[in-house]
Amino acid sequence: MKKTLVLTTALTGLAFTASAAEVTVMSWGGAYTKSQVEAYHKPFTAETGITVNSVDADNPATPIKAQVEAGNVSVDVADVELSDAIRLCDEGLLEEIDTTLLTAAPDGTPATEDFIDGSLHDCAVANIVWTTLIGYDKDKLGGTEPTSIADFFDLEKYPGKRGMRKAAKTTLEMALMGDGVPAAEVYEVLATDEGVDRAFAKLDSIKDEVIWWEAGAQPPQLLADGEVTMTVVWNGRIFNAIAEEGKPFGLLWDGQIYDLDLFVVPKGAPNKDEAMEFIKFSTATEQLANQASWIPYGPARKSSIEKVGSFHSDPSIDMKVHMPTTEEHLANAVQNDFEFWVDYDAELNERFNAWLAN
Amino acid sequence: MSDAAVFSDITTQTDSLTTADGRPLKAALAAAQARARRRAFFLVLPLLAFVLLTFVAPIGQMLHRSVHNPGFTEHHDIASGAKTPIMVNLRQWFDDNADAAPDETAYAALAADLLVLRDLKAAGNVGTRINYERAGSRSLFTKAARNAKKLEPPYTEAILDLDEDWGDPALWQVMRGASSAYTLNFYLAAIDKTRDAGGNVVAVDEVRQVYVKLFLRTLFLSLLITVLCFVLAFPIAHLLATLPLRYSNLLMIFVLLPFWTSLLVRTTSWIVLLQSEGVLNDAMVATGILADENRIQMMYNQAGTIIAMTHILLPFMVLPLYSVMRPIDKSYVRAARSLGATSWTAFRRIYFPQTVPGIGAGALLVFILAVGYYITPALVGGADGQLISNFIAYHMTKSLNWSLAAALAAILLGGILILYWLYDQLVGIDNLKLG
Amino acid sequence: MALPKHASTLERIWHYTYLAICALIFLFLIAPILIVIPLSFNAEPYFTFTEKMLNLDPEGYSTRWYDLLLTFGMAAPDAPRDSSWWADVWANAQWVNAAKNSVIIGFFSTLLATVLGTLAALGLSRPEMPFRRAIMAVLISPMIVPIIITATGLFFFYSMTGLANTYIGIIMAHATLGIPFVIITVTATLVGFDHSLTRAAASLGANPTTTFFKIIMPLILPGVISGALFAFVTSFDEVVVVLFVAAHDQQTIPRQMWNGIREQISPAILSVATILVLVSIALLTTVELLRRRSERLRGLSPG
Repeated sequence: MKKTLVLTTALTGLAFTASAAEVTVMSWGGAYTKSQVEAYHKPFTAETGITVNSVDADNPATPIKAQVEAGNVSVDVADVELSDAIRLCDEGLLEEIDTTLLTAAPDGTPATEDFIDGSLHDCAVANIVWTTLIGYDKDKLGGTEPTSIADFFDLEKYPGKRGMRKAAKTTLEMALMGDGVPAAEVYEVLATDEGVDRAFAKLDSIKDEVIWWEAGAQPPQLLADGEVTMTVVWNGRIFNAIAEEGKPFGLLWDGQIYDLDLFVVPKGAPNKDEAMEFIKFSTATEQLANQASWIPYGPARKSSIEKVGSFHSDPSIDMKVHMPTTEEHLANAVQNDFEFWVDYDAELNERFNAWLAN
Repeated sequence: MSDAAVFSDITTQTDSLTTADGRPLKAALAAAQARARRRAFFLVLPLLAFVLLTFVAPIGQMLHRSVHNPGFTEHHDIASGAKTPIMVNLRQWFDDNADAAPDETAYAALAADLLVLRDLKAAGNVGTRINYERAGSRSLFTKAARNAKKLEPPYTEAILDLDEDWGDPALWQVMRGASSAYTLNFYLAAIDKTRDAGGNVVAVDEVRQVYVKLFLRTLFLSLLITVLCFVLAFPIAHLLATLPLRYSNLLMIFVLLPFWTSLLVRTTSWIVLLQSEGVLNDAMVATGILADENRIQMMYNQAGTIIAMTHILLPFMVLPLYSVMRPIDKSYVRAARSLGATSWTAFRRIYFPQTVPGIGAGALLVFILAVGYYITPALVGGADGQLISNFIAYHMTKSLNWSLAAALAAILLGGILILYWLYDQLVGIDNLKLG
Repeated sequence: MALPKHASTLERIWHYTYLAICALIFLFLIAPILIVIPLSFNAEPYFTFTEKMLNLDPEGYSTRWYDLLLTFGMAAPDAPRDSSWWADVWANAQWVNAAKNSVIIGFFSTLLATVLGTLAALGLSRPEMPFRRAIMAVLISPMIVPIIITATGLFFFYSMTGLANTYIGIIMAHATLGIPFVIITVTATLVGFDHSLTRAAASLGANPTTTFFKIIMPLILPGVISGALFAFVTSFDEVVVVLFVAAHDQQTIPRQMWNGIREQISPAILSVATILVLVSIALLTTVELLRRRSERLRGLSPG
């Protein structure tokens, strides 16, 4: 009796996955995935009847590359950083996307003109601009808040543990800026051996105090748990910890590194047509503007930027002023150089890991 | 039931004996024994086949990647599944010109191959393969393939114009090495070695050396955890073995409950206890042992790995110790005492030597399990509490250098199989006990 | 362990120190497992005892994290709790789905491991078995080989054969991991097995099948059941293989916990942990009772 029950459950489970149109979307987890579920997935299902399965990864670029190369693709759409999108496309691991088929702006401007510069590629369509910056716990710092990225590396003035992302990308740039390299020259310096040595030397100075994180949801948690007093964090995640949970966190915009996140379709995706449909729907003006009401990531379309309103649960918060791309926030900021990282990602990560393990 | 048993008493008798149906006894006996062997074997066969299929074959296939990487010789088109040979001209040139420096014909061959890469969109993969052994090569290939159409003779100049790095002898050495899909270079990489421009094995840059240290750290931490397990297990195993059964069975729950509790639950518990704002730190701050700003970092570092793994592996040490200690006859120790030995001498000279088999069994088992540990270090180990398994996982899921992951896995597996063999010789797998 | 009457003062001191040390070690073993239980009833989203909890104030305690296990992932968690609410829980709640997957995978992998493992143990325990030692070593090896190596091997193998992202794939992998435990426990029961019993049965006219079910099975059953429980726990606790070869809709409880621990340790994880501790207490009790029964049956000890 029991056996039949379990068996039936198993079989229904199997049968269920096989039927009904669906699309599997892989993103970065936490508050970011939530914003996408609310702004893209739910309305998409409501309009098309296609179920959206949401899957999370630390960085979706690596699992989809592994899946494609092993010949076992289960993801239809992935949300990846620009350098990864370009690299995967180069390696022939992504389906090409016809950008002329994307939804036009409400005023009729074709998508190819409405998207901000550099956000449409052969295999990728951008959806947001986000940034990596420093977040800190105001309570722990005792009133003196950091004002420049150099303060992050100043353990005397601001004692306490630091959180950083366990990867070379953004970590090395921040180390250089913390060492006094102006934002505009970061990649120039980093392209030289001396520059890389300099970045690691700066990291050496705080290495003992660093707790390394891998998933984007971790740093706000590390701050909340009191594990760190300051951490490298993605702006949307820390904003949501402040706005939704009322945490006493502050943001340091000096030395921020902003980047695009793009939708890509891995080669051999099981539901390729639904994937294209999903991208077309999600990157339309209204959806992009709507997602910005859940998390302060800037929409990649000009027509959406104007429509950005207030925070979904608190009309008093104007999301526009929290975007990475306001003039004030861009004072000392650098755009992630995708060409640099396409070339040096493997090499610098190898060195970074050796450095970390020693 | 067992003919063999019936006949076993008379095997020593002469050939002239026959069975009731007239067959020579020796032949009938042999047939009966063969039948019994076959019957036993057929009982095991389904499982053996299953394990070979779902365990041995997959691991073997994975390890094959440590010596086989066709990234430079073959393009695999994902959509159609077609496999196209690539770098054909250059590989031919390598075959024809052993140990020669690249000349114009070599560059011409390269130019022709780049054109093919461009059409196949395979430059990224080829570059990645070379990049494993010479950092910064990936972009050389993608850039050159992008410009492949513009290349004109003399090719040497044309290609060097694109990037001077094409003239690097080390690059040519790597390409020559990669021109055969079979290579041992990933094993070299796994022990922090590489080949120089002349093909000699040399150590990699000091700032890039990591694996030898990591293997040593894994061994050291495993050893430390084994010793800690022994130190903690010995007293309680002794207590359990000397208490009357009804008490020891009750206390045994303290050992068996952790053994039966999910690994993730135990790891979670340690996070709860060890965090900066966790139970232990809070308790110490509340009782005034610690100042609030001096909370001890017990997690996200080696300490976290050591504490949690010792706790998780402790039952594997207690159980074999207990099973060896239980049958030890107390009268030996009493005899020693009555002959004038102090309690310490009696323990050291009489009791302890009798527990050595249990110590050996427990220590080997704990050590074997610790060396391959993954979950706990990944969750509480931070940067310096990572073990070799975590790096295998890193290369499997993050850097996607699968050949290197396989080479590291092969070395780890080799070590573990030696220990396993040792365990079988010393303890016997049959004597493995679970509670 | 009683102290002899003639013990010296020094021996007395040592004896009590020794007992204290043992008590501390037992505390080290058990405290981390029990600590999660009160904390899972924390009313606040913290991992530590709040003042209210320490004062045993009822306000400091709540079952909200257990409730979250049901509501997390639901389509309409705030709807009135009628039958359709429960249907929603059953269909959509993430932890409930994880539990379903864990049970399905655990059940079938246990079945597979137990049947194949028991048969093999019967063969292995016969003195005539050829290559006994080598085969035994191969069959036990899934317990010894680091799980990360097994998982990576399966990832490539399953990708190639189309078993990736299927229940069958995970069930087969978990069965492989559980087999060593079945073999060890069943062969252990067979060590004390008196083969004259089967001969007696045969001489009384029983055919091999009857002998198996009437004579062998009842005697080795306790070993088989403990082996099965071990195999079930192995599958129920396994996360690495699931990380490598399972699809998004095949998340098990440990997989879900892995996510939770890395990203957001909320007391919800502790409430899952508490439930799992209770499950392991139940399993442990069953195994202990079986062991005693087995020993009594075989007349090994009074238990």
